[in-house]
Amino acid sequence: MTVETKLPYDQDYVRSFSENRKEPEWMKELRLQALELAEGLEMPKPDKTSIKRWNFNDYKHDVKGESIQSLRDLPEDIQVFLDMENHNENLIIQRNQSVAYQSLASGLDEKGVILTDIQTAIKDHSDLVQRYYMKDAVQIDEHKLTALHTALMNGGVFVYVPKNVQVEEPLQAVFWQEDPEAASFNHVIVVAEANSSLTYVENYISHNTDEHAVANIVTEVIAHDNANINFGSVDNFAVGTTVYVNRRGVAYRDARIEWNLGQMNDGNTVSENITHLIGDNSTSYAKTVAVGRGNQAQNFTAKIVNYGKQSEGYILQHGVMKDSSSAIFNGIGKIEHGATKANAEQESRVLMLSRDARGDANPILLIDEDDVTAGHAASVGRVDPIQLYYLMSRGISQEEAERLVIHGFLAPVVKEIPINAVREQLTEVIERKVY
Amino acid sequence: MASSTLEIKDLHVEIEGQEILKGVNLTINGGEFHAVMGPNGTGKSTLASAIMGHPKYEVTQGQVLLDGEDVLEMEIDERAKAGLFLAMQYPSEISGVTTSDFLRSSINAHREEGDEISLMKFIKEMDEAMDYLEMDKNMAQRYLNEGFSGGEKKRNEILQLMMLKPEIAILDEIDSGLDIDALKVVSKGINKLRDESFGCLIITHYQRLLDYITPDKVHVMMQGRVVKSGGPELAQRLEAEGYDWIKQELGIEDETVGQKA
Repeated sequence: MTVETKLPYDQDYVRSFSENRKEPEWMKELRLQALELAEGLEMPKPDKTSIKRWNFNDYKHDVKGESIQSLRDLPEDIQVFLDMENHNENLIIQRNQSVAYQSLASGLDEKGVILTDIQTAIKDHSDLVQRYYMKDAVQIDEHKLTALHTALMNGGVFVYVPKNVQVEEPLQAVFWQEDPEAASFNHVIVVAEANSSLTYVENYISHNTDEHAVANIVTEVIAHDNANINFGSVDNFAVGTTVYVNRRGVAYRDARIEWNLGQMNDGNTVSENITHLIGDNSTSYAKTVAVGRGNQAQNFTAKIVNYGKQSEGYILQHGVMKDSSSAIFNGIGKIEHGATKANAEQESRVLMLSRDARGDANPILLIDEDDVTAGHAASVGRVDPIQLYYLMSRGISQEEAERLVIHGFLAPVVKEIPINAVREQLTEVIERKVY
Repeated sequence: MASSTLEIKDLHVEIEGQEILKGVNLTINGGEFHAVMGPNGTGKSTLASAIMGHPKYEVTQGQVLLDGEDVLEMEIDERAKAGLFLAMQYPSEISGVTTSDFLRSSINAHREEGDEISLMKFIKEMDEAMDYLEMDKNMAQRYLNEGFSGGEKKRNEILQLMMLKPEIAILDEIDSGLDIDALKVVSKGINKLRDESFGCLIITHYQRLLDYITPDKVHVMMQGRVVKSGGPELAQRLEAEGYDWIKQELGIEDETVGQKA
């Protein structure tokens, strides 16, 4: 099989897609420029995972979704991700590529907080979006997929918290791919201005088992001086969707970005989660849990780059592999020259539940500065028989003992998910995938 | 309540092909406290682990019967449900699982489906047991044994013992690493369970534990066998005189077993 070089969408298509959406000129130009770049760029080459045979071409690009009047109109399996009891007011639901529901607490609105779909943001907050869109975090020409993303972007949200504003309640986005062939070229931008703080949680959901689709997602998270961003996600694309998801953070002085990523896709997945600690004293915790099943192949990269003095990066990746699934966990801590007293710590662990599952943890430390601390731990193994013995010696069955150990193994991320309903969903998805 | 009987008959156990137990015979009846003493490396902990079903120990000969039922044929969890309990010398650390969740799962494993202990009742019982053992209540919400000090781990084992209320308990060096105050508290917990039906096998190489928990019978292990049995006075003589007189009496030069030269 040869690599498909012809792109499924051309200049005319992209131009009219942009015009139909009444996008500003800069966005249309950016799309066209990116499309041209995409022709010549290579596909990304994730370490130790070949993506040559993965489907990146078979999908529907422009699929509308109906809006809803009440959250009760949503199907049960979407409602479960929402905190219906406490009625989370800071919510946006995207159905295919349309906004189906949107609300923001009035108090936040008055303070200048923005939680809106990317399409509206491009029009209503054009300068603000343009300032961050594919600029400081992700570059258009990193590879073919980042360029294609820019050319074909068809959804996403824009989150903006002004200076000195603390948003206590979580901001939630639900991306529901109702059409089984709908592609997600979502672009998410989260910006916390100086001395602000926010918690953002997103969920991706699709149900396509036989139909093919593609997700090509770019997320840019910017924490300005002394800002605090807590970013949680539960990705739950079904087996028919090939996923490329790039979540990138930039932290300035005294800022902090915490990632809690529940990567529960059933299809082939490449996930990059990279944080640049630009400012002195900036911090990032990048935590990921993943479960692999069936024949899916996955590649996870968690990388933190320390530029700032006394910046601290902590990576934790825990994966559970069953059936014939395979996954590579790359943990990369990079300390640039001049980042004195920086710290880079990482831990990657893979638990194998079946003989045919494959997992690999690659810890990498790249250090160009003398006065730093760094450490790594990595392991690939099975459930510890001595742990099972201990639990079973109290009367707990082997199955229940394994379940306890696995949930415990994935707890570092699960317990940090800030919305109860989402945390419960993550627990349930884990339960469903593992048993 | 009818009491249980644990019978160990001619038990031979190997670890990685090396024979550690070479024919142990012991019978523990409900209501009795037995102490198994002996220097390090004589097979005491192997006895405890083999009875519970530790995956590294292979029984090559002999029987373990609980009220006539073949314990060695049971899965580990079935042994627990049949009424056995082992307070381990080195309890596992289980990250991400709170002590409280683990305890509740353990209790419910002993109950029928649909008859699970209510959360209120569970918390009340756990609080009472923790108070009795002078434990920090925060421990219930900490991950099981993770980062626990040696003393906290031992108390946690006794907490489980008190809440699971087995027929027969084996305590494997529950006194090691405890200061005198902790030893008193742990002993208090064990003594609370003492009644006409509860049987206990206490493994230790120090007499001092037996100052707080008086055994009905004392056995000495050497070279993978029980070489001498007696009453509480045997423990006192061991405390006063050490083990050498037994070795002389039995003509034993090296009391250990399975140690590579």
